[in-house]
Amino acid sequence: MGIVSPGFSGRRRSAGEKLPPGQYLVTDFPVLSAGPTPRVDTGAWELRITTETGQVHRWDWAAFRALPAEEPAVDIHCVTKWSKLGTHWRGVSLDTLLAGVKTSAGFATAKSYGGYTTNLPLADLVDGQAWVAFGFGGKPLEAEHGGPARLLVPHLYFWKSAKWLQGIDLSDHDTPGFWESLGYHNYGDPWREQRYWGD
Amino acid sequence: MARAAVLGRLSWRVGTVTALRDETATARTIVIDVPGWPGHLAGQHVDVRLTAEDGYSAERSYSIASTPANGQATSQTVELTVQRLADGEVSPYLTQILKVGYPLELRGPIGGWFVWDPAGPRAAAPVLLVAGGSGVVPLMAMIRERAAAGSRTPFRLIYSVREPGALLYADELARREQAGDGLEVRYVYTRTAPPGSGQPTGRIRAALLASAGWPPERSPAMFACGPTGFVEAAADLLVHAGHNPGAIKTERFGPSGGQS
Amino acid sequence: MSDYMDGNMLGGTLGELFSMDVTGATGTCVSCGASWAIAQARVYPHAPGMVARCPACDAVLLRLVRGPGRAWLDLRGVTCLQLAVPGP
Repeated sequence: MGIVSPGFSGRRRSAGEKLPPGQYLVTDFPVLSAGPTPRVDTGAWELRITTETGQVHRWDWAAFRALPAEEPAVDIHCVTKWSKLGTHWRGVSLDTLLAGVKTSAGFATAKSYGGYTTNLPLADLVDGQAWVAFGFGGKPLEAEHGGPARLLVPHLYFWKSAKWLQGIDLSDHDTPGFWESLGYHNYGDPWREQRYWGD
Repeated sequence: MARAAVLGRLSWRVGTVTALRDETATARTIVIDVPGWPGHLAGQHVDVRLTAEDGYSAERSYSIASTPANGQATSQTVELTVQRLADGEVSPYLTQILKVGYPLELRGPIGGWFVWDPAGPRAAAPVLLVAGGSGVVPLMAMIRERAAAGSRTPFRLIYSVREPGALLYADELARREQAGDGLEVRYVYTRTAPPGSGQPTGRIRAALLASAGWPPERSPAMFACGPTGFVEAAADLLVHAGHNPGAIKTERFGPSGGQS
Repeated sequence: MSDYMDGNMLGGTLGELFSMDVTGATGTCVSCGASWAIAQARVYPHAPGMVARCPACDAVLLRLVRGPGRAWLDLRGVTCLQLAVPGP
């Protein structure tokens, strides 16, 4: 920790008992990005789930929006230490999307328009733990926050909630994604403060 | 390359604020004494880190405004000129809360590319400086270094601001220009020109670069600094005017000014 | 959309890892072959790590993560880095 700067408090934040270790509560919604914001037209948008045998399941925007949607209210935690509690989303549960998908794979890689990837166990995408979200705060999800649709997996650090979701590849092998291959923890549980390799 | 090129790895140091000078209504120069400061080149910057009592910290980069003392012996003094941004996290602290005697943690000097060295291999080439807003800070360090080193390299500064009240170092630039030793300054006002001046407002255009800059035949060294959009527009104009792209060096502050 | 800065801002963190300035080093983009000084790269600073992209084609040139007591650097996006070294 650096020397304390007298009188400095930074952006409004507080710590609380409900927060994972090392996190601060923020009132805004920081935008973090590793590259230019993809601009994806819903007319060209497609979501693909590809199984370990190569079977591809596709939804265009109309088919995706015709699926039953839920309105999860969840807490989100970014590895850069900010957290937001009770964020309101609208999205399709991964349980709904995977209902017609035959797989015995153990691992998933979420892929974004623009090239970003992140990996997680398939077990962390099911049983009400994850959604493909297209709405935030009662409005359509903005491009800078991952719209038209992003992955939402609130029980893991938010880098796992891939923005601009394009597809999910299922596999018997675990392949570290964009940040997982450069020092960030392969699993990323905020409650065990799994930020970096070896944590 | 001259001093400060090979330093060993950078680490955080703690300096003490020894003086504060208001430059405009929203910008302030901070004078910092940094024990063990190895010296620096004009154009380099420092990273500043602020830490709250609960351990929360924020870092930002700021260009060094001062010249190393007279180009001779190393000075421990580093000056930063900080523009306050209304929605900033660090600049409000540096421009309004920081007091003389306070500690300030910084890391540097940083950067070996966006620098002008009066003893370097191309030191005699005429220099064009293009500044957008607070982007003038590292270019002012170059102007000060030129004077401290007794250099006669011709310097032309094109300095773009919204309105006259936003000018940093206005009096000093006027004084240095009046010294008649090879510094020329052209001001560009994008919103409001000085009253009674009759000067049109607007962004830098090709015609202004042609009249206030150097022709490509002079093979100038060119430095542009300011917000990303400003710097890219200036660099594009210079390339279109026939200048060597490899001689154009840019430092972008980003859409928030980089200094927030 | 100019929501990026440039490689000059990597100098502080890179300066903790290397004893010489790396922002002036030049590299060739693996994707498109364009040559750049690291200082000219487009850097997206608001991320869990720093990502520097090619100004011509946006491919990732280098990535940098700073953790407590460690840093990770990925230079796979440049074919080779040329650094100026003082002396003969």
